[in-house]
Amino acid sequence: MKRYMNRHPLWSLIFVAAGFVLIWLIFAIWPPELIDLIGKKKVFVNALFNGITLGGLYFLVASGFTLIFGLMRNVNLAHGSLYLLGGYIGYEVSDLTGSWVLAFPVAFIAVGLVGMLLQVLVFRHLDGQDLQQTLITIGISIVVADVLLWIWGGDFYQILAPDFLSGPVETFIQTGVKRSSGEPIFLKYPAVRLAILFAATVIGVGMWLILNRTRIGMYVRAGVDDREMLAASGVRVQLIFVCVFGFGAGLAGLAGVVGGTFQSIAPGEDMRFLLSSLVVVIVGGMGSIPGAALGAVLVGLAEQFGSVYMPTYSVVLTFLIMVLVLAFRPKGLMGRG
Amino acid sequence: MKFWALTFAATSVAAGVLTAGAASAETLKVGFLATLEGTYTILGEDSQRGFELAMKQAGYNIAGRDVEVFIGATDASPESALRAVRKVVEQDGVDIVIGPLSGSEGIALRDYSKTQPQVTFINGISGAQETTLVDPSENFFRFNMDGAQWGMGLGDYVYNEKGYKTVATVAEDYSFGYTNLLGFALDFCTAGGEITERLWVPLGTKDFASIIAALPDDVDAIYLGLGGGDAVNFLNQYLQAGGDANLIGGTIMVDGTVLSSKGRAKEVLIGTPSSGPQADTWDDANWQKFVKDYQDAWAPEDRFPSPSLLATGYFNSTNAMIQALEAVNGDLSDGHEAFRAALKEVVLDAPNGRITLDDNRQAIGSNFVTEVIDIGGGELATRLVKKIDNVNQTLGISAEMFAEIGTPSRETPECKKWW
Repeated sequence: MKRYMNRHPLWSLIFVAAGFVLIWLIFAIWPPELIDLIGKKKVFVNALFNGITLGGLYFLVASGFTLIFGLMRNVNLAHGSLYLLGGYIGYEVSDLTGSWVLAFPVAFIAVGLVGMLLQVLVFRHLDGQDLQQTLITIGISIVVADVLLWIWGGDFYQILAPDFLSGPVETFIQTGVKRSSGEPIFLKYPAVRLAILFAATVIGVGMWLILNRTRIGMYVRAGVDDREMLAASGVRVQLIFVCVFGFGAGLAGLAGVVGGTFQSIAPGEDMRFLLSSLVVVIVGGMGSIPGAALGAVLVGLAEQFGSVYMPTYSVVLTFLIMVLVLAFRPKGLMGRG
Repeated sequence: MKFWALTFAATSVAAGVLTAGAASAETLKVGFLATLEGTYTILGEDSQRGFELAMKQAGYNIAGRDVEVFIGATDASPESALRAVRKVVEQDGVDIVIGPLSGSEGIALRDYSKTQPQVTFINGISGAQETTLVDPSENFFRFNMDGAQWGMGLGDYVYNEKGYKTVATVAEDYSFGYTNLLGFALDFCTAGGEITERLWVPLGTKDFASIIAALPDDVDAIYLGLGGGDAVNFLNQYLQAGGDANLIGGTIMVDGTVLSSKGRAKEVLIGTPSSGPQADTWDDANWQKFVKDYQDAWAPEDRFPSPSLLATGYFNSTNAMIQALEAVNGDLSDGHEAFRAALKEVVLDAPNGRITLDDNRQAIGSNFVTEVIDIGGGELATRLVKKIDNVNQTLGISAEMFAEIGTPSRETPECKKWW
């Protein structure tokens, strides 16, 4: 941090200033001129929060994707199918048991096992053969999509959030004052989205801690840097591969339950989330967890701000970000140069 | 292993060729197109039930000719409709196509039908205005009203009876969304209402949170022109955000496809006024018979509690085809000439009122203003408020004046007193 500030004083200043402007925009009561210029504060703050929570969902999917790529150089194009499978499993569990919370561990474990199978049966035999991996995983994703369609049909499934998370909560952020009484109006925000943001943050921080503070994390990081050397020093690399693959797949399954709660689960979602994961890791930098977090939030914000402030071009916005990143930092924002 | 697989594949192909060859002399080949993928999947599935019900009632035999059905799955995009229709027309060689379901698909099929004069196209339920009003095609027939006709009467009702003077709208950003809103807006604005803001969302939007936050809170009601999975997603997130405004439903917003979705979200729709080609609980004998036939044909878990407008629409289109085919004794050998003449003359005694065609081969029929009610057991349905007969495509005003309003789009129609 300090080193960055010393090396890039101008950029640091810009970032700090932008941070202060953002904090002011969130907490201050907007003057009428600003409202005339960019609309109501409620819309802005909501788009900001929605972008971040949507980013939380994208992060859950993309972090597994980027972890698998970073460690094993496996481009798993069936990652979206794992997301969809997790969503369906989560729906069945919460529908059968009535427990929303239970859906998460079940989806995580079940999809994680599928991921481990994939690693053992497919990827282990295709080490270093990028083109074969790509084609085979595309093939698997098509087969899985059809099998899921066969089992669950084309319906829309929604995983119901428990009662204490349905409906909005009042936050402490003031969006305006009532014209009649002068009482402050506080921002209301869906409780379930806050819960999801909280969970994504916990998982993200947890992953960072495991990677940077534990022995297993050390193996994984060493494997990312130099696989052969790690194997040569007596670490059972294949076992680590299977575990990381299972964990990454499990995260996608977990994300499926999250996505099924505040959006919905249906055929086609697999490709949508595969595409968004690709965009996220390209923007963030392949193989980097903080990069995935940054990329996910950027893509989420672009979608939500785009949908309110420039609806016609909101789809383009995401890809515009990708183009800019590729043009100026081809390795991604957090990718190693 | 490989050898056996190959032999098996070869035999099944040969068998397929043989059966097709033996049956082609007298069978009538019908292509069926509907959205069996994407946002409108459940709508497509119910439309298929409507089609099959009409076919079952005819015993899959029309004027002595056995019917062979070829299914094309689309996803509401015009490209997918073209892909599916090319498959059934150019590969399977069908005589008649029934479909499509969604607005922009209809426009694509109208253009395609001009390149295939040997095939007759009967629209499924797609409701974009352009399909039959602008540059219509000689061999394209539509036995359902368009989105604007379905909007007729709703604007007047909410302004005068409900007292909603200002409205903001959220609707799907494609031809049917525009057409459906036009029907509501012409009526509403002419009655004196004001549309303060029009928000458009792309078909297949999943996350409506920011759109919901952007809805103005100083209007009397919000018009929702969404459908299928988008409608369910919107309502779910609307509930999560604690929304409590008065709602007005577009035609497919309060259809059976949404009213029988899983979860609590649909409950915010109770009391919502809407309009469209049917009212679920209408006491007309013909309608009640159709509902009963539909309910008897499938087990409760394989269908909706009562047919959605998609099922009704495809049921009517298929019956129109059957009626015209019977009039010409199933004879299509004159390049469909007699068949098409008979189609034009069809007077369809449909479950949702009498349907006839105008000079553009577009339906004139009855429109229903409805309200969502709870019929007990957690089931919702629409109740008839007002029925308007003989609604034509120009909504009862002169063609010149209607042309002045313009083709429906994001900004059209302008909100003013039109008559």
